[in-house]
Amino acid sequence: MLTRRLMNHEWGGWVLLCTLGVLAIAVPVLNLAVPQDNPFHVSTYTVTLMGKYLCFAMLAISLDLVWGYCGILSLGHGAFFALGGYAMGMYLMRQIGTRGVYGNPELPDFMVFLNWDQLPWFWYGFDHFWFAMLLVVLVPGLLAFVFGWLAFRSRVTGVYLSIMTQAMTYALMLAFFRNEMGFGGNNGLTDFKDILGADLQSDVTRIVLFVTSAFALAATYLMCRVIVTSKLGRVITAIRDAEDRTRFIGYRVEYYKVWIFTLSAVLAGIAGALYVPQVGIINPSEFQPLNSIELVAWVAVGGRGTLYGAALGAVLVNFGKTYLTGALPEVWLFVLGALFILVTVAMRNGIVGLFRKLRHG
Amino acid sequence: MARAVVCTIYLALATTISLAYANDDDALLSLLDALNTRSFDDKAASARSIAKTEHPRRIAVLTALLEGQLYVRKKTDTVVLATRKDRGYLLFDILNDLEIGEDSRRSVKKITVNNKLRRLLRSLIAGLQLDNPDPMARLAAVEAMSASLDTDTISVLIQHDEAEQDTDVKQAIARIRTIYDLQADDPETRFAAVRAAGHDISSEVRTRLLKISESPEETPEIKAAAERSLKRIQQTLDRYAVIETLFFGLSLGSILVLAAIGLSITFGVMGVINMAHGELMMLGAYTTYVIQLMLPDALGYSLLIAIPSAFVVSGLVGIAIERGIIRFLYGRPLETLLATFGVSLVLQQAVRSIFSPLNRSVASPEWMSGSLEIVQGLSITYSRLYIFIFTLIVFAALWLVMQRTRLGLEVRAVTQNRAMAKAMGINTTRVDILTFGLGAGIAGVAGVALSQLTNVGPNLGQGYIVDSFMVVVFGGVGNLWGTLVAGLSLGLVNKILEPMAGAVVAKILVLVFIILFIQKRPRGLFPQKGRAAEN
Amino acid sequence: MDDATKNRARPTEQYKQIGTAWIGPGGQFFAKPVSKQLVDVSGHYILYLEDITVSFDGFQALNKLKLYIETGELRCIIGPNGAGKTTMMDVITGKTRPDRGTAYFGQTLNLLELSEHEIASYGIGRKFQKPTVFEQHTVFENLELAMAADKSVWHTLFGRLSGEQQDTIDSVLHTIGLTNLRTREAGGLSHGQKQWLEIGMLLVQDPLVLLVDEPVAGMTHQETEATAELLTSLAGDHSVIVVEHDMEFVRSIARTVTVLHEGSVLAEGAFDAVQNNQQVIQVYLGE
Repeated sequence: MLTRRLMNHEWGGWVLLCTLGVLAIAVPVLNLAVPQDNPFHVSTYTVTLMGKYLCFAMLAISLDLVWGYCGILSLGHGAFFALGGYAMGMYLMRQIGTRGVYGNPELPDFMVFLNWDQLPWFWYGFDHFWFAMLLVVLVPGLLAFVFGWLAFRSRVTGVYLSIMTQAMTYALMLAFFRNEMGFGGNNGLTDFKDILGADLQSDVTRIVLFVTSAFALAATYLMCRVIVTSKLGRVITAIRDAEDRTRFIGYRVEYYKVWIFTLSAVLAGIAGALYVPQVGIINPSEFQPLNSIELVAWVAVGGRGTLYGAALGAVLVNFGKTYLTGALPEVWLFVLGALFILVTVAMRNGIVGLFRKLRHG
Repeated sequence: MARAVVCTIYLALATTISLAYANDDDALLSLLDALNTRSFDDKAASARSIAKTEHPRRIAVLTALLEGQLYVRKKTDTVVLATRKDRGYLLFDILNDLEIGEDSRRSVKKITVNNKLRRLLRSLIAGLQLDNPDPMARLAAVEAMSASLDTDTISVLIQHDEAEQDTDVKQAIARIRTIYDLQADDPETRFAAVRAAGHDISSEVRTRLLKISESPEETPEIKAAAERSLKRIQQTLDRYAVIETLFFGLSLGSILVLAAIGLSITFGVMGVINMAHGELMMLGAYTTYVIQLMLPDALGYSLLIAIPSAFVVSGLVGIAIERGIIRFLYGRPLETLLATFGVSLVLQQAVRSIFSPLNRSVASPEWMSGSLEIVQGLSITYSRLYIFIFTLIVFAALWLVMQRTRLGLEVRAVTQNRAMAKAMGINTTRVDILTFGLGAGIAGVAGVALSQLTNVGPNLGQGYIVDSFMVVVFGGVGNLWGTLVAGLSLGLVNKILEPMAGAVVAKILVLVFIILFIQKRPRGLFPQKGRAAEN
Repeated sequence: MDDATKNRARPTEQYKQIGTAWIGPGGQFFAKPVSKQLVDVSGHYILYLEDITVSFDGFQALNKLKLYIETGELRCIIGPNGAGKTTMMDVITGKTRPDRGTAYFGQTLNLLELSEHEIASYGIGRKFQKPTVFEQHTVFENLELAMAADKSVWHTLFGRLSGEQQDTIDSVLHTIGLTNLRTREAGGLSHGQKQWLEIGMLLVQDPLVLLVDEPVAGMTHQETEATAELLTSLAGDHSVIVVEHDMEFVRSIARTVTVLHEGSVLAEGAFDAVQNNQQVIQVYLGE
């Protein structure tokens, strides 16, 4: 019954789930079991790259939930992603222990470098994995809740809201660039050694992280699917299409918006936490306004308002970015700029919309 | 008969005058001859005597001596002016500066000067300059005299002070007297000087006061007075610092206003956030750069030409954006935001490809560089001052356009109620095009101003979009006065917070403040009221 | 003192029916919504507007407006453009806050202290001038969303329609003649159908008061007649306030007509009396 509700007419979703399932089985085998000289071997580099794309896909779905379904164009999801990443990064920093350059058992290298003599209070507890994971959820969630509460209660909507979220991201970026903040300044957190006792450089850890990302993406997709197919989902799209009407039939629009915004921020934070151990670094440039707005392009290219579309867009655009920034770096921004114009002027429903048009003639 | 008498008298007079001149010339020449000696003391004595003559060439002679251009011509044993030419010297007559021939290196001998003599000469020249009708020259002369203070110079200065009219010069003299008196042997004089020194914030006075306040030999009375004076100086300096902060705040504010005002208009009329606004400013800055490249010899003019050119360039690009993209997106402000962001990326990359990703520096014309000293210790850089004035001019011009022209009327009508304006027969398409062009053009003009403050690079505009949007939100959408007040006050707040909290934290605080502010007043300081504002 | 003012005894504890778990308007995040059952309708009148003044930038949209609506009444409000009809509705539904004046719903509820969704939950439904339905949702979903139910976030995530609610929707679908189009997306409906759907959304809310702004604009003659019939049948159980320009339509349904002019009431009474009122004629036909 639930499956029928969830996956009815959702062929794209089936494709997404099946692909993830295949990847979760095939990639470990091709990476670990197939010898390196075999043409079917998947290198660890590729595994990490794909794991990164999966995290981006999760981030894209979280944005799609608020933008595609509720009409809130957040330009701050990069910040939630980065906050989740920082929480994870802080845990990984604490795991370094005495293996840092300065070998200080108490303090991370950058604090020794800054001549700090004790750990700041907000680093307490990050030795524990569960505590870090709690904060991965809490920090982005709380920020989104407070911000959303303030913004939605005073009916800040549309472009106002977008720019306010961008301002928030911008402010966070400035803050995290400061050494005094205690998050490693512009170098950020890096040189991680291991996670839960497992060596981060080893192939097995990489594979485990990849499979975890695949599962997390699938779970995110299903959870969001539950939401958007429930009556809550219909209320949210109703808010997107006619906010006043929704209010006048008795819905407390602000609550719905705060709720969905917070949930989405939490998902973005989790994506960030999965991203950091795979790329091995988190620094303030993740807060760059450009990152947050680029992520809007992923969702738009894939097709807003369809969860699998967002995931597809994230993978495609990032694949293009990886390729172009390597081969023709000066072309990438032209392409990205053109994508923005294309998806707003000509191709509003992205690739998914294009497919639907083809199918329905 | 009478006529003959007059003639005779006239003749007699004329002879006397020319005779007097002749005598003067002779006197000067004999004094010059006296310079031809080995003893520096004798040279100093004749220099003093030269200074005391009324001869019109005396300053030139002393300056030449100071700069080592006086030589003795061995052949005639007379003193001449000489400058090097090829391997020999070109000689000039001292009295009339006329060329009198060339001589080899061996046939002339330089009249040497030592440091002590140099100081004396400078002071003498300065003393003579005190009679210069130009107050700036007199001021320079007074400053020059402070280099070699002795009883003589001080008495010259005191004497001059009585006749002096210019307050700056009088102040400078007063300072020199204070500094001189601070070193006086007589404790009474020192005490008086220490007390008077509180009015003077120059660093020389402060170092001397500090020395006195720390000197173990000084009487406690004078020491206490010195400390009081130092404290007083500190207060004055603090006051100036506050004024300076306010000025910096207004200066930053004026830039914010320039950046935001175009955005405010387009946002007010079309409900569109033009994310490429910053890049339109960048185009304006690059226009300035290109025009300067084309007119390397006319720096001042190139800047003046750049203002209308940047307006046209950015305005046209703006109109192209409106026609090419935005008009397909009316009624969908979020899409417009994304599309214009795409445009901004393309513009950035285009400039990077055409001009290189490196920053270009745009030269400032002479009248823009330097600073205006209001009082001692408080000065304002011209570039910031001009940009502030420029902002006010742009604002006034825009205000006139909005209030006094047909376009302004239509723009205001569309801002308030688009549907109604359309129903009244206003061509809203035309209004959209022109408003967007106007907003973009002003961005270009803002870019010209920015090019005078920072280096011009592809990322120039990026930093401004958030700030200028904050100004628009804070001031109230589509309200020119709101933008002005909001821009200036945000600039002020930023600069006031900066010394307390540091630049970054100040910026964060301002952002947080605005987020909280729109809780209370979602429509800004000067909200638009009415039905139209609801949607 | 007015009759109406006298009739409104406050505060009173006489609720029609007192809800079980009431957590007030300012309650917690997942609070149960306030219920219209808390409205005290014991008085003769259900809506009291007194001395309501609203001005926008010097323009007086409402000027000491005084208006009382009887329980179960069908009231038509007419007036030239700019008379303040829509602003009046905005005040009643909480969209616009007046500069001065009082507005009470029933005997006890101060409308000026409530937010839009609270007013809606207490039982004032509104149809907009421009038909606004959720275009991306089906006709059925539109009605489902509007259905009187617990409208908290949590409940909408897991709540399901009860059989009774299904029946209500079915009967409303029948009433508004859209039974065959129940799975159609609302965006694809004709203008008249959208108007009807919006009225249907009011009906499933089962409000005490219906504010209906220009219900027959863009409707065919038959549709207009049917609408007239529907609205008259609603009166009695509900209080209905209709704002309309179509004089024929007003004549066909009106018992009491209120004429607004420059933000205050110019005339009030039976249709014919109002139609022959000298002042009204002047306002409509010009001096």
